[in-house]
Amino acid sequence: MQQSSSKQDRIAQYKALIARLTPKSKVGQGALRAFWVGGAICVLGQVISDIGTRMLGLTLMQASSLTSVTLVFLTALLTGIGVFDVIAKYAGAGTVVPITGFANAMVSPAMEFRPEGWVLGTGARLFTIAGPVLVYGVSASVIVGIVYYFIYL
Amino acid sequence: MQAENRIGYQTIEYKTRPWIMASACAVGPREGQGPLGDCFDLVAQDAAFGQDSYEQAEAALLREACRLCLAKANIGEKGVQAMVGGDLLNQIMPSALAARELKFPFLGLYGACSTMSEGLITGGMMCDGGYASPVLCTASSHYATAERQYRYPLEYGNQRSPASQWTVTGGGAVLLSLPEALPGTPMARLARGCIGRVVDLGVTDNNNMGAAMAPAAAATLCAYMDDTGDTPEQFDRIITGDLGMVGSDLLLAWCEKMGHPLPRGCMMDCGLTIYDPSQDSHAGGSGCGCSATVLSAYILPRIQRGEWKRVLFMATGALLSPTTTQQGESIPGVAHAVIIEGVGAC
Amino acid sequence: MLTMLLMYIKAFAVGGLFCLIGEILILKTKLTPARILVCYITAGVILSAVGLYGPIAQFAGAGATVPLTGFGHALAQGAIRAVQETGLLGAFTGGLTATAGGIAAAIFFGFLAALCFKPKPKT
Repeated sequence: MQQSSSKQDRIAQYKALIARLTPKSKVGQGALRAFWVGGAICVLGQVISDIGTRMLGLTLMQASSLTSVTLVFLTALLTGIGVFDVIAKYAGAGTVVPITGFANAMVSPAMEFRPEGWVLGTGARLFTIAGPVLVYGVSASVIVGIVYYFIYL
Repeated sequence: MQAENRIGYQTIEYKTRPWIMASACAVGPREGQGPLGDCFDLVAQDAAFGQDSYEQAEAALLREACRLCLAKANIGEKGVQAMVGGDLLNQIMPSALAARELKFPFLGLYGACSTMSEGLITGGMMCDGGYASPVLCTASSHYATAERQYRYPLEYGNQRSPASQWTVTGGGAVLLSLPEALPGTPMARLARGCIGRVVDLGVTDNNNMGAAMAPAAAATLCAYMDDTGDTPEQFDRIITGDLGMVGSDLLLAWCEKMGHPLPRGCMMDCGLTIYDPSQDSHAGGSGCGCSATVLSAYILPRIQRGEWKRVLFMATGALLSPTTTQQGESIPGVAHAVIIEGVGAC
Repeated sequence: MLTMLLMYIKAFAVGGLFCLIGEILILKTKLTPARILVCYITAGVILSAVGLYGPIAQFAGAGATVPLTGFGHALAQGAIRAVQETGLLGAFTGGLTATAGGIAAAIFFGFLAALCFKPKPKT
């Protein structure tokens, strides 16, 4: 008992020491970079959407799909040529939070696990990081649909 | 009967003081651009090293390091009686692939980044006990293979935390033999070893490996001092494997707390030596290859030239797997020390 | 022209704000980017279902639809619309129908990228 409480003490002391000696991330700088890069990606999305509605005669829904597809394509291209991770290193959540982050999370493992084969490498591992996003997003939307059915109809 | 080559609880003494006949290493381009660039025997032009996968590249780098080492010692491939080594990957495949081509009797080791000193301790005992000579001790790691196993795909956009470390691409090999068993003069010799205990102070952050390993390093150092009565001042350098910036500071602080203060001036960390801060490696280098290549390219030549007479070399390992990390398990650390001395020393 | 410019400014500010919050969450908590994505999409579904996200999307356009919360918004609105049209079955078909473009693009372009490119460590 004596032993275990002194072990707890040591763990607590060590934790405090780690907190003191580990360099901190620069939150202000990171937030600013995420803000401007993320904002710029959204403006690009707005431009694509405007082109869709004003020049191609798409509905707002269709234009929104066009925006997603185009941004995903650009992300895949930048990921492929090895530029996306350089931008993401600078921007952090600025590239993670927009749909670009979702796309990169699918494209990068698809490329990475290519040596393990087309089926169990690229095919299966494509979803390793982004799969959970679909699991929770789709499940939540199904629940919303069911709840809506019973409350409003 | 008692283990007669044992001192105290954890330390072993090599009666014959096995000779280190040669060492060699092969590294990736990033390491070649670092401050030790000119010291490495072979610098690959590209991290894939002409292979189809990065796992193959790691195996090829290790194989080349082994061949260079044998060439330096002037012995044929049939001469090696045992190869002991390992790497970071599941089932230590790169080492097995290299051993498949080299065809030496092979014992695989896993000690995470502590593998180089684990290999020297084990290989040294095999030599000393008269079971094998010469023995080739190896360790390797590769940034791309470690990233994909422990972290993210290479092209995944991710910000690294300031405490994170960069896995060294490279393999190192050290050839041990019984004294005067081979022609030529040795680089150095093994005097003692200290087998580390697994120590865990509850660190769960896998972006701060230095913090996970520092208590193990401190425990091994203290155990060695307690077992032998040696003091830190008796070493020209106390060299840790890959504690990095954060872990090195924590080691000094924690040893002081445990009543064995270390002189800051004689400390050295391979992870802080292999890269220049301008190379964006954050808290420093890591991986089995880090301590293996720095030992081979930088530490042993200095002992051979007589600049250092007695050195404590302690590679440090974080014993984690992606599975246990995801299950919320904390990261156990381990550190093994070997005392390497110049052949002129007593 | 002025309304368009205003729209871009709003998209920049709101989209940037979503990212800024994400960055602070990543740096201040132990949330990994993958967890941030899951949190954002789920939050988007919930905010959309209770009627809070619609007005934001109305106000900021792509500033609200491009971040992953907007993906959640599209999932929820798709499910609700399909329930209105086809009943309970719509809860299952609506979400993915509304977001099919982005998901199919990510799968297909991911595959294509694996076909054309090899990952490289940066030196």
